[in-house]
Amino acid sequence: MNIATRKDNPVLPAQTQTQPSAPTRSDVERVSTFRRVITTVGVQNISLILAIAIVVAIIGIQNPLFFTVPNLKVIGTAIAIVGLLAVVQTIVIILGALDISVGSIAGLASVTSAMIFTSTTSAAMGVLGAVAIGVLCGLVNGCIIVFGRVNPVIATLATLAAFKGVAQLISDGRAQGYTGADPFFVFLARGTLLGIPTLILVLVLVAVLAHVVLRYTTIGRNIYAVGGNNIASRLGGININRYIIGVYMVTGAVAAIAGILITARTGSGQPISGSEGLELQAITAAALGGAALKGGKGAIAGTILAVILLGVLTNGMTLLGVNTFWQNVAQGTLLVVAVVIQQLRSGERRIGIPG
Amino acid sequence: MTQESIALRATGITKSYGPVKALRGVELELRSGEVTALMGENGAGKSTLLKILNGDFRPDEGELSIDGMPVDFGDPSDARAAGLRVIAQEPEIIAAVSVAENIFVGNLGSVGYNRTALLRRTRDELERWGFHRTIRAEALGSELSPAQRQIVEIMRAVVSRPRIICFDEPTSSLGDEEVTLLFALIRQLQAEGIAVGYVSHRMAEIFQLADRITVLRDGAFVGTKLVADTDHDELVRMMVGRDLSQFFHRDPAPLGETVLELRGVGNQFVDGVDLTVRAGEVVGIAGLVGAGRSELMKTIAGDYPTTSGEILVSGQARRIRQPSDSIRAGIGFAPEERKAEALLLQRSVRDNAALVVLRSLSRWIFVNNRAERALAQEYIDRLRIRTPSAEQLVGNLSGGNQQKVVLARWLATKPKILLLDEPTRGIDVGAKSEIYAIIDELAHQGVAVIVVSSELPEVLGVSDRIYVMAAGRISGELPRSEASEERILALAMDEDVAA
Repeated sequence: MNIATRKDNPVLPAQTQTQPSAPTRSDVERVSTFRRVITTVGVQNISLILAIAIVVAIIGIQNPLFFTVPNLKVIGTAIAIVGLLAVVQTIVIILGALDISVGSIAGLASVTSAMIFTSTTSAAMGVLGAVAIGVLCGLVNGCIIVFGRVNPVIATLATLAAFKGVAQLISDGRAQGYTGADPFFVFLARGTLLGIPTLILVLVLVAVLAHVVLRYTTIGRNIYAVGGNNIASRLGGININRYIIGVYMVTGAVAAIAGILITARTGSGQPISGSEGLELQAITAAALGGAALKGGKGAIAGTILAVILLGVLTNGMTLLGVNTFWQNVAQGTLLVVAVVIQQLRSGERRIGIPG
Repeated sequence: MTQESIALRATGITKSYGPVKALRGVELELRSGEVTALMGENGAGKSTLLKILNGDFRPDEGELSIDGMPVDFGDPSDARAAGLRVIAQEPEIIAAVSVAENIFVGNLGSVGYNRTALLRRTRDELERWGFHRTIRAEALGSELSPAQRQIVEIMRAVVSRPRIICFDEPTSSLGDEEVTLLFALIRQLQAEGIAVGYVSHRMAEIFQLADRITVLRDGAFVGTKLVADTDHDELVRMMVGRDLSQFFHRDPAPLGETVLELRGVGNQFVDGVDLTVRAGEVVGIAGLVGAGRSELMKTIAGDYPTTSGEILVSGQARRIRQPSDSIRAGIGFAPEERKAEALLLQRSVRDNAALVVLRSLSRWIFVNNRAERALAQEYIDRLRIRTPSAEQLVGNLSGGNQQKVVLARWLATKPKILLLDEPTRGIDVGAKSEIYAIIDELAHQGVAVIVVSSELPEVLGVSDRIYVMAAGRISGELPRSEASEERILALAMDEDVAA
């Protein structure tokens, strides 16, 4: 039995015994170092890095403009907003749920940040007000799910529509306010710190924070536990409801930050344009990055790599003059492919509607 | 002797679930016009064999043949097409449609979906098999009692006129009257030349119904006897094979004060339960499936709220409304469904072991990895968990080692009371005796232990005192010296008959 359990472990050097002739010592070491690298970085992440390299190479050869600094900045800033949503989406997915409403929350926050800024002339008030709205939206999502016993997909599909409607109502469906002259919003949109665009710094900050919380804290470990087995978590004394509502509130807050960035980039509050469809990209990135839609599995690093891959792809298709409509097809196809790969790996039987 | 033609033959059937061998070279013959009983203790492999016959999965080795022709079932529809039906013990009934539609589900085309015709056909069938007074064709699935649900499942099988039909403990949810009707139905099947397989624990039924008896033990084939050539005692010897209680004979520990006391505890699952456990005592809870044993454990663990009575820990009444309350009171709970309710299969041994005590291994919100690893290693050594390292995913361990990881999680909380629901289910014999040794050691350390088990030899071997449950109540209490399989069974079926 001992041997049987050992076989399952890829880290043990015993694996190298499959070689027919006795391996030399250096062979064994090389193999195990290689294996160690693979297990630390993860197969998923290595495939993503390879995919990015291939896509970059193909686009770079076809269009040398790809490697110019302005274009890389375009990619970076485009990534920042999707990236924020993808990072929090990853946390929601690890918890075993889904938040489709993130794009609408971002739109609502974009409008409110600009409107509060215009009426108070305070950027701080605009930002705080928008984040508060985002947290409230998350609280609504969490409460519908926990206390209304509504499936997360349905609950946030409903609020996707409702939050979008609220944003349109308060803005009358038009862009609101003008933030293009405010130094703080300008700094967010075009400023740099140590030569790095602020937008990217915001994403890095949120991603690092999320990574640390997931990896090194009791909160993160309990999120994995709830997503992995909610009955075991409940019997283990974890207050599951608190985690669900808390994660949705954090997601709302980060979606609001994404909305504020949209306002900063466009110079005014946008109820819909700039945020619509972001939920699809966020979910695609999380799934491509290895977050299991069943919950309990996933990591921020994979999601960030997937966000970069998606950003490079979108940018490349634009540079190569691919019709925008095709880009939507590619987007949808990628999400399906990512999930199909995940499901095939789990070896589920092909009967009925997957759980 | 024409009726003795062999309708179904299974030879050398072997099936493993991971490291656990559920079946090892099992033989079974079902003859047309005869009832063959399949007997064995819990875990002997009867259910696995039935699942293979039903086409739920293929055996690792061995062959099935029907009327001498080899068959290979990829899924249940293959088995049905071959004229073989297995009747599920806990049938799936569609709540929103009628009995008629439930019976003909998946087969509605054959009656050319016309509701009037469907109802007429259903009534005819119910009458043909004698259940027309027990169940109405128009009744909705949601209105059915457990007995009626079982009858719907039986009707589903017989209306397709199978050549071979297997029952899995069909009487466990039936009352006396329905049992009489069921036996009449089986006689009728027999008269029509159908081969019947019949799994049951109940000796009396078997001697009343069966022509032959096949006995399994620990997944292996023990033998087949003609009913006329055997008796109760021989069958018990065949099923038990050895006196299991000698394998895990415990030294009773010195008893301390009463640490857990239930006074009239009740909710939607259990009723007026009085129970005490003392420090250093191992209390067994026996009963038939559905007697409310697991529900009682979940009630004590705070997963089901109590609606009456009180739970006292060390003499103090505790309000236990959710699992965290019971954990705080010093209660640990290893549930019956290890994989579904206890383990994070995609996480490491370390993660799983630390789940409940994570807070105490952390500074503010930051987990102290070193302390966590030390904790995991301590229990890997103490409980002899066979894993390459604390980082191994729990899903890759064998059942016995997974159970030890669950025990480690609760031992880390230094519990006063430990509730173990079927602690050795699906575990190989070696790991079983290790679990018994751990239980014994815990008792000697002064932990109050409750062990729920469906395996009577296990309950008898491991407990200082035994409670028997039936229909959500405690139907009796036996000190170890007075307990025997017969007395436990008598108490377990006590209210089962009355209900």
